[in-house]
Amino acid sequence: MIPLISINNLTIKKGQRTLLQDINFDLVPNEAVSLIGPNGAGKTTLIRALIGTLKPSSGTIRRKTGLKIGYTPQKLLLEQLMPMPVDRFLALSGESNLAKRRDMLARCDAGKLKNARMTDLSGGEMQRVLLARALMRKPDLLILDEPTQGLDQPGEARFYALLNEVRAESGLAVFMVSHDLHVVMAESDRVICLNTHICCSGAPETVSKDPSYQELFGTRPGLALYQHSHVHSETCNHD
Amino acid sequence: MIDDFLIRAIMAGVIIALAAAPLGCLVVWRRMAYFGDATGHAALLGLALAMSFSMPLMLGVIVITAAMALTVTFATQRGTYAADTILGVFSHSALAVGLVAAAVLPGVRLNLLDTLLGNILTVSNTEIMWIGVGAAGILLVVKLFWRTLLNATLSSELLVAEGGSLLHDRLVFTLTLAFFVAMSMKLVGILLITAMLILPAAAAAPISRSPERMVVFTAIIGVLSVGGGIWLSWEADIQAGPAIIVTASFFFVLLNVFRR
Repeated sequence: MIPLISINNLTIKKGQRTLLQDINFDLVPNEAVSLIGPNGAGKTTLIRALIGTLKPSSGTIRRKTGLKIGYTPQKLLLEQLMPMPVDRFLALSGESNLAKRRDMLARCDAGKLKNARMTDLSGGEMQRVLLARALMRKPDLLILDEPTQGLDQPGEARFYALLNEVRAESGLAVFMVSHDLHVVMAESDRVICLNTHICCSGAPETVSKDPSYQELFGTRPGLALYQHSHVHSETCNHD
Repeated sequence: MIDDFLIRAIMAGVIIALAAAPLGCLVVWRRMAYFGDATGHAALLGLALAMSFSMPLMLGVIVITAAMALTVTFATQRGTYAADTILGVFSHSALAVGLVAAAVLPGVRLNLLDTLLGNILTVSNTEIMWIGVGAAGILLVVKLFWRTLLNATLSSELLVAEGGSLLHDRLVFTLTLAFFVAMSMKLVGILLITAMLILPAAAAAPISRSPERMVVFTAIIGVLSVGGGIWLSWEADIQAGPAIIVTASFFFVLLNVFRR
């Protein structure tokens, strides 16, 4: 299968600091990949490299020709003085058909928000609107940066149900940063554990048994306390 | 009977107010008031250089303001200083260097008061024609790139992820602003160009429900400010530039009071 994105020996440096080192992986159609890692591990840097706002210091990122990316940022810093109704925001994705915009918004559980101002949305509502915009582009690859923050538990369950539904329909691939290990293990085909370099990756059950994963997140997936440990084991040593 | 020069002044002012509307909204949405200042202040240096080297004045102004706008855009992206500091440094340095250049360069003869505060009552038919061409160009380019400009204002990451070009956004925004500075110097002078951009836009914000409506309301408020300001200038015998901005600030207060 032709990968949607192929990353080879990607290294990104900022000044003296190495933010990402020797990253290698491919994303193929229809798979759901989760990116996990402690704060400062380079998750956001990797996302920026994938969407193309950060240039590699070395290595390559190859995108399939014509690849369409749908992206939901962690948050939008909106200026209060910019009047932006939700429906207009969706239209800015390039979708000029009002009915299609309404359908997608309703599908993302946000139908009643169409005339709301973007600046008035709660965190959870904002995530739904961002997802609607990302999906409206009929992307080949959906890149989500902590998409379920601000969603309550039923909201989160519906969010993943919708993602699975869309994946089944369109063969969409999902690449997602998440802090919720329980969900990561249940919803992903593949997990990439990042701490500047890739510590381990593979199917959720394989990764959760990996010593470097256990070093970072503890031994019981889903129940682990989040650790900000920067002490690395033998298997997770990147200097 | 209204005098010819008043009609010319109002025509030029109205055209400038229309071109200012989308640019002013973008400056306000992007919190880049200082950026307008830096670009505007660079015009004085452009003017002095063009005079000294016997080049067309507008060309000198456009080249120097565009260079300033591009430099500031890329300097703020480097992130060594806060954007606010960089813009302050460039804005005030540009004004000071311009004033010094105007004083020491040979062959520079300009009325400093008119340059700083504008003198729309002396606008000629040829100048009106150039202002019209400039405004049409600005409005056309902004219209063509409107979606990119709005998306970049919302989130540069979203723009790039969806396949848009940040470079297009930066070039369109900085170059249209440089042209705007060159054509509106005559109206309000280089000290008040930012005011002409942001006051009508800020006044329009509380009554606007979408970006496009805000542009329309900004244009209306800008046109009314130009009309009111030129009338005020004629009646009270004061400079038109400050009178226009006083009128615009009156609208700003009025619309904010009524909004509450």
